Amino acid sequence: MEDTKITTGGEFLIKKTEAKDIFIPEEFDEEQRMIYQTCKDFLDKEIHPNLDRIDDQEPGLMRDLISKAGELGLLGISVPEELDGFGQSFLTTMLANEAIGASYSFAVAFMAQTGIGTLPILYYGNEEQKQKYIPKMATGELAAAYCLTEPNAGSDANSGTSKAVLSEDGKHYILNGQKMWITNGGFADVLTVFAKIDNDRILSAFIVENNWEGVSLNPEEKKMGIKGSSTRQIFFNNVKVPVENLLGARGEGFRIALNILHIGRIKLGVNVVGASKIAINHSVNYANERKQFGKQISSFGAIKHKIAQQAILTYASESAVYRASKNIDDAIIEAKKNSDGKTNANIEGSAKYQTECALLKVFGSEALDYVVDESAQIFGGMGFSAEMPADRAYRDSRINRIFEGTNEINRLIIVDSAIKTAQKGEYDLFGKAKEVMAEINNLSPVLNGNESYYEEKQKYIAAFKKAILVTIQSMMDVLKRKLSFEQEIMMNVSDMIIQLYVAESLALRVEKLNDMKGDEAISIKKDILDVFIYDVASEIRKFGLDAINSFAEGENLKTLTNAIEHFTKVGGVNTKDARRRIADTIIEENKYNL
Amino acid sequence: MKILVCISNVPDTTAKISFVEDNKVYNKNNVQFIISPYEELALTRALELKEAASGTITVLTVGLQDAEPTMRKALAMGADDAIRVNTEAKDAMFVAKQIAEVAKNKNYDIIFTGKESIDYNGSQVGEMVAELLDIPSITSVSGIDVEGTTGKIQREIDGGYEQIECEFPFVGSGQKGIAPEPRIPAMRGIMMARKKPLNIVEPVEFTDLTQVITHTLPEAKSACTMIEPDNVGELVRLLHEEAKAI
Ligand SMILES: Cc1cc2nc3c(=O)[nH]c(=O)nc-3n(C[C@H](O)[C@H](O)[C@H](O)COP(=O)(O)OP(=O)(O)OC[C@H]3O[C@@H](n4cnc5c(N)ncnc54)[C@H](O)[C@@H]3O)c2cc1C
Repeated sequence: MEDTKITTGGEFLIKKTEAKDIFIPEEFDEEQRMIYQTCKDFLDKEIHPNLDRIDDQEPGLMRDLISKAGELGLLGISVPEELDGFGQSFLTTMLANEAIGASYSFAVAFMAQTGIGTLPILYYGNEEQKQKYIPKMATGELAAAYCLTEPNAGSDANSGTSKAVLSEDGKHYILNGQKMWITNGGFADVLTVFAKIDNDRILSAFIVENNWEGVSLNPEEKKMGIKGSSTRQIFFNNVKVPVENLLGARGEGFRIALNILHIGRIKLGVNVVGASKIAINHSVNYANERKQFGKQISSFGAIKHKIAQQAILTYASESAVYRASKNIDDAIIEAKKNSDGKTNANIEGSAKYQTECALLKVFGSEALDYVVDESAQIFGGMGFSAEMPADRAYRDSRINRIFEGTNEINRLIIVDSAIKTAQKGEYDLFGKAKEVMAEINNLSPVLNGNESYYEEKQKYIAAFKKAILVTIQSMMDVLKRKLSFEQEIMMNVSDMIIQLYVAESLALRVEKLNDMKGDEAISIKKDILDVFIYDVASEIRKFGLDAINSFAEGENLKTLTNAIEHFTKVGGVNTKDARRRIADTIIEENKYNL
Repeated sequence: MKILVCISNVPDTTAKISFVEDNKVYNKNNVQFIISPYEELALTRALELKEAASGTITVLTVGLQDAEPTMRKALAMGADDAIRVNTEAKDAMFVAKQIAEVAKNKNYDIIFTGKESIDYNGSQVGEMVAELLDIPSITSVSGIDVEGTTGKIQREIDGGYEQIECEFPFVGSGQKGIAPEPRIPAMRGIMMARKKPLNIVEPVEFTDLTQVITHTLPEAKSACTMIEPDNVGELVRLLHEEAKAI
């Protein structure tokens, strides 16, 4: 039998996956659900009643909330038990992050504390460093931040000019530099700071405590959203960093920075699912309350369309993010087995799936932007009022497309990493692409007419993959080394890959759920799948055509156009009725219930 | 100090309510179940009392296996062990009989119930248990401290409070105020819960004294019409013409 288990990132582009081989959120066990519920209870008790105070940056409040989360153990979920954490799996950590995602500014502070704040030391620190800092970070006794960005080094993070020079007695690095946009900067006790030693080309990483002489802060940035999250510039002026606080090896800093960001991206991808669900709840609550023309506005088709679309994007995003999370969990377990002790298994696991991490970040952040935008629209004038929840959600969503790598940078990473992984021989992208290229002069129908519901969807997905492979292969044939200068085309291909991955994950989830729960229980999920595949087909077609029209000519262009159109043709769907059914269940229960 | 906290497994307060089998049976499909809120508060206070002195807390539920997730939540909150009486909870007398049967030789100092479970709101189980065990029953407990073997209890009464004292053992039915907020299970508690005993005992035979004939849903609440504060004329018109109240 054909091996259908995904074993590396990007491989989904060429491999068919079976529904039974993916993880779906319905499979979370009782204990994991309890952890999720504890996170939600924490938000209900400590965060949601205090949102205005948080956004006003009431002195000490956010720091206090971090401690309270620490008391419940929420900062140590993924920290190993030896370091006073709870040693939970990557999947469980992701589920907790989804719950916390519904907490606006607090979510950002939480993510910075438990993610970019804690993980560099946890994954790259030596035993002394870990023992010294991690247990206290896991309880919230120490707050943490990650200092990579500089005024002149954002997306191009390695171009930073912060500098560390060894002192004459060899005991300290003397650190000088300026960091910008540092989340939790206002109260963090421990900073992971990236700087270059002497005239190195590559960054190194240092653990710096904020009460050391020479560390100073600018006032809080005035921001569009996540106003409650502390964001500061931090200055390092001849700070004496003990040599034992070098994190990892000299010159390893940039790799640390990037590897931590892979994890950050997929976590952001799940965080926004939590944010979307609460925004949908607010939307439908309002739509069920508000009356115009003598009726609840939730009875209007235009409003139903929005609610359904919010739900479709959220459900699809959730399907994809947990599928990839399980792949990462499996990769971590595998890496632990084969560990050489040099690299951390968690880093290996997530780095392996960097294509997925990047695409989930992009899809999730853009899905949330749609959700909150339409939420504000559903609220009408009240959507523009700062008294109503749609406003905060709208403003707070926007940052997600900018930090953890802008969505442009992440789109570049998606294509780049998928190609590089293949070039390293981890999966046979080009072999498969050549097979498809051989097919396009003699196309045979995608369907034979005898497919079951799920077979049909899987065949569409297989054909979308072919559309992508054709685009990638022909693009590489024509552009060769000029590819990196053709970012618009990279963006197109990236968008095709993103849509494909999410669509496939959704299809597999619905199929697996069907096996678990039977036809009747999942009819709305099938509506979601029908609409999504229908939409994705035309998106993939458009992005594919945009791409090939930008580089191909003559006969080649004709053949490619024909192929892309062929591979993206899907059956019609009554999307109006399907969306109405989706919206109606949510309207009836007055909450996101999928 | 030995405390027994009786908890019921009830639908989440935001759950959609519907009935099946000729409106006789509540439709549990897709419903999330929780610890009934007054019992969750009573459990929270019981945990605090234990932590201030010493002792053990047992939680008890009359219910089938599907009640176990909420029981494990109680264990995660900090209860030491749990007992499930393996039968569907029926009317108040049936449940009280099962509880009394478990409790009768165990010398609990305090038995807590909630003032009422928030599904059927019977408000009887605590009192019945006390009667069956022949010990005092204190209803509507909105505050409790313990000194030695005496409970110092605050009860809510119409328009005020009553302070009473009662020697162990007694049954107290908790209500709002007994603890300010339910305790949220911490990670450590969640991870310990799976190692704590959840014992299953078989029910004693008892014939129901009541029978459910049917359920009906309340009429849908009509939507609220908002009127600008300066538009008194419109308010008067609506009260007069639509609500026909004036
Ligand atoms: C609220 C907030 C919190 C943050 N928290 C932290 C933190 O805790 N720690 C930290 O280190 N940083 C943090 N950042 C910084 C954040 O990661 C950067 O802002 C982000 O990486 C973008 O860098 P930049 O702002 O310099 O934008 P630029 O890099 O100047 O980008 C400007 C535009 O150009 C595009 N662009 C740049 N390079 C390319 C390219 N090669 N190809 C195509 N397009 C390109 C970008 O996509 C973007 O659209 C935070 C930022 C904000 C706003």
